[in-house]
Amino acid sequence: MTRALRDYLVFLRRCGRIAFVGDWRYYLWMGVLTVFCLLGLNAYAKQLVNGLITTGMSDQVSWGVYIANFTFLVGVAAAAVMMVIPVYIYDNEELHDLVIFGELLAVAAILMCLAFVTVDLGRPDRFWHLIPGLGQLNFPASMLSWDVIVLNGYLLLNVHICGYLLYCRYRDMKPSQWFYIPFVFVAIGWAVSIHTVTAFLYVGLGGRPFWNSSIVGPRFIASAFTAGPALIILALQIIRRVTEYHITDRALLTLRGIVQVSMLINVFLLVNEVFKEFYTGNSVASSQYLYVGLHGYHALVPWIWTAITFNLVAMFLLVLPLSRSLKWLNLTCVLCIVGIWIEKGMGLVIPGFIPTPLGQIVEYRPSLNETLICVGIWAFGLLSYTVFLRMSVPILQGRLAKTNESLPDPGMDGAPASLAAKP
Amino acid sequence: MDRRSFLRTSAVLASGLAALAASLSPLRKLDDYVSLERFVQKYYKELTPEEMKQVLKRIENEVERQYGIRPHVRDLKPMDGVEYVYALNLTRCIGCRKCVHACVQENNLSRTPEIQYIRVLKMPHGSLDVEKGEHNYAPESVPEKGFFYMPVQCQQCKNPPCVKVCPVHATWQETDGITVVDYDWCIGCRYCEAACPYWARRFNFTQPSIPKERINPDMAYLGNRPRRQGVMEKCHFCIQRTRVGRYPACLEVCPAGARKFGNILDPNSEVSYILRTKRVFIQLKEELGTSPRFFYYFDT
Repeated sequence: MTRALRDYLVFLRRCGRIAFVGDWRYYLWMGVLTVFCLLGLNAYAKQLVNGLITTGMSDQVSWGVYIANFTFLVGVAAAAVMMVIPVYIYDNEELHDLVIFGELLAVAAILMCLAFVTVDLGRPDRFWHLIPGLGQLNFPASMLSWDVIVLNGYLLLNVHICGYLLYCRYRDMKPSQWFYIPFVFVAIGWAVSIHTVTAFLYVGLGGRPFWNSSIVGPRFIASAFTAGPALIILALQIIRRVTEYHITDRALLTLRGIVQVSMLINVFLLVNEVFKEFYTGNSVASSQYLYVGLHGYHALVPWIWTAITFNLVAMFLLVLPLSRSLKWLNLTCVLCIVGIWIEKGMGLVIPGFIPTPLGQIVEYRPSLNETLICVGIWAFGLLSYTVFLRMSVPILQGRLAKTNESLPDPGMDGAPASLAAKP
Repeated sequence: MDRRSFLRTSAVLASGLAALAASLSPLRKLDDYVSLERFVQKYYKELTPEEMKQVLKRIENEVERQYGIRPHVRDLKPMDGVEYVYALNLTRCIGCRKCVHACVQENNLSRTPEIQYIRVLKMPHGSLDVEKGEHNYAPESVPEKGFFYMPVQCQQCKNPPCVKVCPVHATWQETDGITVVDYDWCIGCRYCEAACPYWARRFNFTQPSIPKERINPDMAYLGNRPRRQGVMEKCHFCIQRTRVGRYPACLEVCPAGARKFGNILDPNSEVSYILRTKRVFIQLKEELGTSPRFFYYFDT
């Protein structure tokens, strides 16, 4: 028992150490991210002192880019499951070893989600009021309490699955099926639930007709399964470039198939939404504000049409054989990610508040301080994902293993270079 | 570890810590720090009478320290057999906004930034569609020809969406129909503000400020005691007045007699009479199923 504990602690210590070593590119990347994290932290300290008045939000538009980013990232986290399904349900071998990278991305995305909701709280010191038993969690009535549960649950599930598989690889033992397969299947259902619950957060508000529509949930899922795998396609190529980890083009093209189908569904649902809003001529005021402007106010109009253009161009590229070439595929992925980020953020959260339920139009623009906090959280997310990869790639390659415990860690002085790819 | 790498590690560590400290430096200006006492304060419904006494005393001390005036803070409970209802006569309202300002004064609402519970809409003849309403009207004198005026405040719904969505039960409906907020329990997520179909809730985006001489010292725990940065507040039918048998401030000040308030469970009350006899009265956004306890009626 003590021996197992000792082994595990050594494993953690070695993982921790390796996060601090790398070549100059690694240090530069981590250094830049750290600077942005600190800038965000500084901005958050100012917000803590002066209150949310430092943001662009108001009683009229009471949620802004924090919740918008949160919504987008829940989708990214949920989409990790789109790599898990092919592997565990259809036994796709190409993606098998890559699942871990997807799940680690989910972990990083959930960490960012939690950070985004925390900075949105007026009284973060009272977070413990949410803890069941200690506080007064309003479960099951409040959809926000559902969200607290499903997000934290999803975080635990993915940390367990990734941690267990990596530790087994480290010790070179075969993972026990009972110890992770049931969790994988629970996580698949759970992934859909986190984004559905997040959609219901909006759908459940009868006083906001723009959100109170049954198409919001399906659109959330479709757009998440577009943007998430698109992000993974880009991430995998970066991993392939900066480490010597082998990732086949076929794996990337499998993911392309997923992005393709999801984007088609997403655009189809968009067409449904726009038709319903505008054909009958009695559209919701928020939709008018979003798509064409209302009473001379149209701050969001350029945003949403950019998003729609990006989505349409991405859709055409995806259905053309052209996007089988990685160069075009990457462009397509960027279009998908940016398009959906705008659509889920500026295009969904903000117009729900404009006009207010009393018909007042107050526009919203994020403040500089608010933007810095967002940048800081994104930097923190990238930093976390980089660290996760820095630990897991050498383990998956067998370079960081129990068998070489006594040797200097890879990347340490005297050991083979860690990141630089071998010719 | 050799000398050189030790020096290098220490230098990196020291500069890292310095950068962290620098980025956190705005926190030095945090004057409204959270004392342990306030951090661990219990939920309103879980406070024993003894604990409530302590808390009320602490709040009185805090208010005195901040505003230099000793308030009287009470924990007023709902009365048995009482359900409050508000009725507003749209034929009579002249849009003078006296109710708005009386409310600000009575309920210790922040002056900078300005928070108001009541919003008066200037409506064109022939429509009850709030999207046609004008919020920032400022003519020489009211009323103006061709318009009527519709004050909107918390509708004290029977089926309040704000209560349903609160993740920590920080807002709830009391037995007399008033939806209240525990300002010491709210986490400031603003979900209730998004949920309210009447735009009746207000958030303290920064520390509210009230001139010392304007403080109303007659306070209630769930009512008009001063709020802090980062929490939600709303109209509570002047709990500190109505639960001791007085009228809300907005009603008392109304020069047109457009506002009526009372106990709907009492068949002899004015509001019972109005709802029994007026041919037309409406609930705002009735179709949402929130069932407001705030009725708008017309003289017939």
